[in-house]
Amino acid sequence: MEALIKKLVEAYGPSGDEAPVRSLIEEEIRGAVDRTWTDNLGNLVALREGPEPLLMLSAHMDEIGVVVTHIDEEGFLRLAPVGGVSPHLLVGQRLRFKEGFTGTVYHEKLKSLKELDWSKLYLDIGAVDGASAREKVGIGDAACLDQPFAVCGGRYLGKAMDDRIGCAVLVETARRLSRELPQAVAFVFSVQEEVGLRGATTAAYQLKPGYGLAVDVTRVGDTPKAPLSAVGLGRGPAVKVKDSSVITHPLVRKFMMETAEEKEIPFQLEVLERGGTDAGAIHLSREGVPTGALSIPCRYIHTPSEMVDAGDVRHAVELLTALCLKPWPRQKVLD
Amino acid sequence: MKELELSTLLTELSQAPGASGFEEEALEVAAGYLRPYVDRIERDPFGNLVAFKKGEAPEEGRKSLALVAHIDEIGAMVTKLEPGGFLRFTSVGGIDPRTLYSLPVIVHGKNRLRGVIGAKPPHLLSQKELEKETRLEDLFIDLGIPEEQVQQQVRVGDYITFDQAAQLLAGGSCLAGKALDNRAGVAALVVCARELERVRHQADLYLVATVQEEVGVRGAITAAYGLAPDAAVAVDVTHGEAPGISGGKAFALGSGPVIAMGPNIHPALLQQLKKLAKEYRIPHQLEAVAGPTSTDARAFQIARQGIPSALVSIPLRYMHSVVELLNLEDLLWTGRLLALLARHLEFNFAWEEEAPCT
Amino acid sequence: MYLEELSNLPGVSGDEGQVRQALLKYLQEQPGEVRVDALGNVLVRRKAPPGGKRIMLTAHMDEVGLMVTSIEKSGHLRFEAVGMLDPRVLVAKGVRVGREGIPGVIGSKAIHLQKPDERRKPYQLEQLFIDIGAKNKEEAEKLVSPGDYVSFAGTFTPLGEGYYRGKAFDDRAGCSVLLELLLEYPHLAFDAAFTVQEEVGSRGAAVAAYSLNPDKAVVLEGTSAADIPGTDPEGSATRLGEGPAITFMDQSVIADRGLVRELVRAAEGAGLPYQYRRFTGGQTDAGAVSLAREGVPCTVVSVPCRYIHSPHCLLQERDLKLTVDLIRAWLEG
Repeated sequence: MEALIKKLVEAYGPSGDEAPVRSLIEEEIRGAVDRTWTDNLGNLVALREGPEPLLMLSAHMDEIGVVVTHIDEEGFLRLAPVGGVSPHLLVGQRLRFKEGFTGTVYHEKLKSLKELDWSKLYLDIGAVDGASAREKVGIGDAACLDQPFAVCGGRYLGKAMDDRIGCAVLVETARRLSRELPQAVAFVFSVQEEVGLRGATTAAYQLKPGYGLAVDVTRVGDTPKAPLSAVGLGRGPAVKVKDSSVITHPLVRKFMMETAEEKEIPFQLEVLERGGTDAGAIHLSREGVPTGALSIPCRYIHTPSEMVDAGDVRHAVELLTALCLKPWPRQKVLD
Repeated sequence: MKELELSTLLTELSQAPGASGFEEEALEVAAGYLRPYVDRIERDPFGNLVAFKKGEAPEEGRKSLALVAHIDEIGAMVTKLEPGGFLRFTSVGGIDPRTLYSLPVIVHGKNRLRGVIGAKPPHLLSQKELEKETRLEDLFIDLGIPEEQVQQQVRVGDYITFDQAAQLLAGGSCLAGKALDNRAGVAALVVCARELERVRHQADLYLVATVQEEVGVRGAITAAYGLAPDAAVAVDVTHGEAPGISGGKAFALGSGPVIAMGPNIHPALLQQLKKLAKEYRIPHQLEAVAGPTSTDARAFQIARQGIPSALVSIPLRYMHSVVELLNLEDLLWTGRLLALLARHLEFNFAWEEEAPCT
Repeated sequence: MYLEELSNLPGVSGDEGQVRQALLKYLQEQPGEVRVDALGNVLVRRKAPPGGKRIMLTAHMDEVGLMVTSIEKSGHLRFEAVGMLDPRVLVAKGVRVGREGIPGVIGSKAIHLQKPDERRKPYQLEQLFIDIGAKNKEEAEKLVSPGDYVSFAGTFTPLGEGYYRGKAFDDRAGCSVLLELLLEYPHLAFDAAFTVQEEVGSRGAAVAAYSLNPDKAVVLEGTSAADIPGTDPEGSATRLGEGPAITFMDQSVIADRGLVRELVRAAEGAGLPYQYRRFTGGQTDAGAVSLAREGVPCTVVSVPCRYIHSPHCLLQERDLKLTVDLIRAWLEG
């Protein structure tokens, strides 16, 4: 699975320009599902046929990045953020364009780093003037962080763990589901999560699932003077109870916890104060979809070196596999 | 409905725990009160409670009206168990942390546990601490049981609601308590259903208690899509006048329901509400809201191909505290106005434009 | 050119009636089927193009403005903003209140009466009020009531060489372009929506896109041009006179890349100047449209306008015309 994770996190795919990630995943998953298609917004759907109710699993392909807004006569590029990117984080970082060339980010002269904002930041791609810059780059082109995957003790480091690790968990789960399924499963690799859960919104409308489950990373509280959170690395994947976008349907939460307990898979419970996932979009689709989320605890989210625990990833695959193989309740209505 | 019954209804609704996403008990109370007056009661896939009362018009072309009140209240949720058995928590819905010091709470763990939000005694506080901003992460809950028991009983993600009895105030016209935002609206639905008990109405009627309004009108989003009524009226609360709070954004208690105006409201529906209130001498007030209202009407208006929507509010003081205060008369008038609308609503929502001004 | 007539009409979000009426009158003269939906959007349905892929063009009818919230004892009106307004541009402007268009002015405390430190602070909305010349509350109540919409007074004026000044170019510029396309080119196969309530969260566009259910869409806008003193070239967003601005991203949408390419190719093929909107802030109907139903590939094409969300915007006639030309070239291509 490590090779798959490496390929996925190193791939280029800022929100709205996920095509390279999409082709990569389609190739990896095609043999494990009945059919795949790409929808209007660019979501990749990989479907395993089966009886109703359809279970929609969603992991987002997109990552944070930047977009070029201006090219000056000296060949420097000005940038705007795609998703939640801090300008402070980018100073001195390398960025990579879809075509593969890179550049480095620096800022205009500042009295103090506090003054730093997007208008002070620029990208240098080594162009000698505006014309040669424009040969390589156009306004509206996006770039992502450029950082290789690394194994670091029992942990994985890389850019875009948010949420390629979720994509990897979905692909790996699909491969393990060889026998007949108690319900149809749609593996959705969604676009534009980082700019507002957009891909999952239209994918859920299209698929009309009976249940939804997002697989994404979550913040942890196990680093020095971290914000209050009971979630930590290495204690298993987290069953989400609540974040800003969703309150997990009690039935889904119970089903997830019981399945983990049956299979003796370690898990944690997660209440995330700020942040959302595709689950937020799925559960509000049409008449409402009972939805939950399985989270991979992750440190340093939205930096070039997001860290997850290998054991948590393995356990997430085990739990998700078990959840696909177990019949979900047919009755949607609780009364 | 007699005054006494009304205060009993609202007291029961107020005291039932029902934080967003955890509305079961409150919904049961509401269902119990609505059941005698309606044809059927259902829960939709999202958890909203839908009470249906069939209209008398011929089935073909029969229109439907949804009257919608959210049943969820603000609350809290356990985020972490601290050494010593203290609990850290986050809010569910918009809470002013300054209103939380020393409040009694119920933690809904394996069992129902009573507790209190701890506060350092003033003797031990420095002036600096007194002037500091109150942040949720500095507060904690004390259950008065040993740490080991807390660990057995409580998990991350358990709900916390406020442990507050409703209080009928002197004179018997006002009631104070928690969750009157928006159990008052739900109570108005009950009043409306009762008003319609022996009255004919043409349109189908959905009385909807929505869930998860306080976290982003979520129940209303799915209910609006699922029911797709021909018109909808949200019933919620608005700010009541109090010292320093008045003038267009706050309304007198005891002067009747507040009918909203603005882009969120269909003008034809607004006109009909105003006309009925006038005709049947229901005291009422008007509120201008310059954008989408922060109520279920926000979601209903833009569901599917668009649904003509309106908002009727009950004035209420001290919103989002555990001593929300309202006048029972207002609630009664609100229920009656809704019943009148159910009987008389003309489903003509053509955009009749006035002649352009010169 | 329908901009003068459309710009001068009041049409604050939720009160687009007069703009709607004007449009409906014109739309009788084109082949598409016209209806008004539950929110007040004007929807135009034309025959589907060969191949059946439906294209939708939209422009929003509403403009930013004010709403009366209460009347003071003195007869002054208190108000709230409808949509995003900079309180500093409100001071000392003429307004029209309510359906009758009662004239009024936005007043504030005279400079003489302000303490030196008061003068240095920008005005807040709460410090301003509307004066309609009423003696007291009773007299004011005869003319206006809380809930009345307030718009800037229409003052469309040609000026300079090929410039227009007026209110509500965001988005009567888009409405003018869309109306011209509908009326002058009856053979073009596309659906159109003149939407309501864009300025308060694209509420009309959400239901219009749901109803018309297009396969792709272009939103026509009047967008910010900041080719003005004190702004670096990289901060200009768009420039007047350089043609329609194509959006690659704003806060509500990341434009469909294929659609942006189609538009660029159409412009280049027809030899038309165009520019990118070099700014990713702001929200448009494209957000709501792109998320309707199963998702709609969408972008925005804008007429660059200076000083939008103020009573006096400025645009160039040339840009307006080039925007019509670009969309036409794209539809015909």
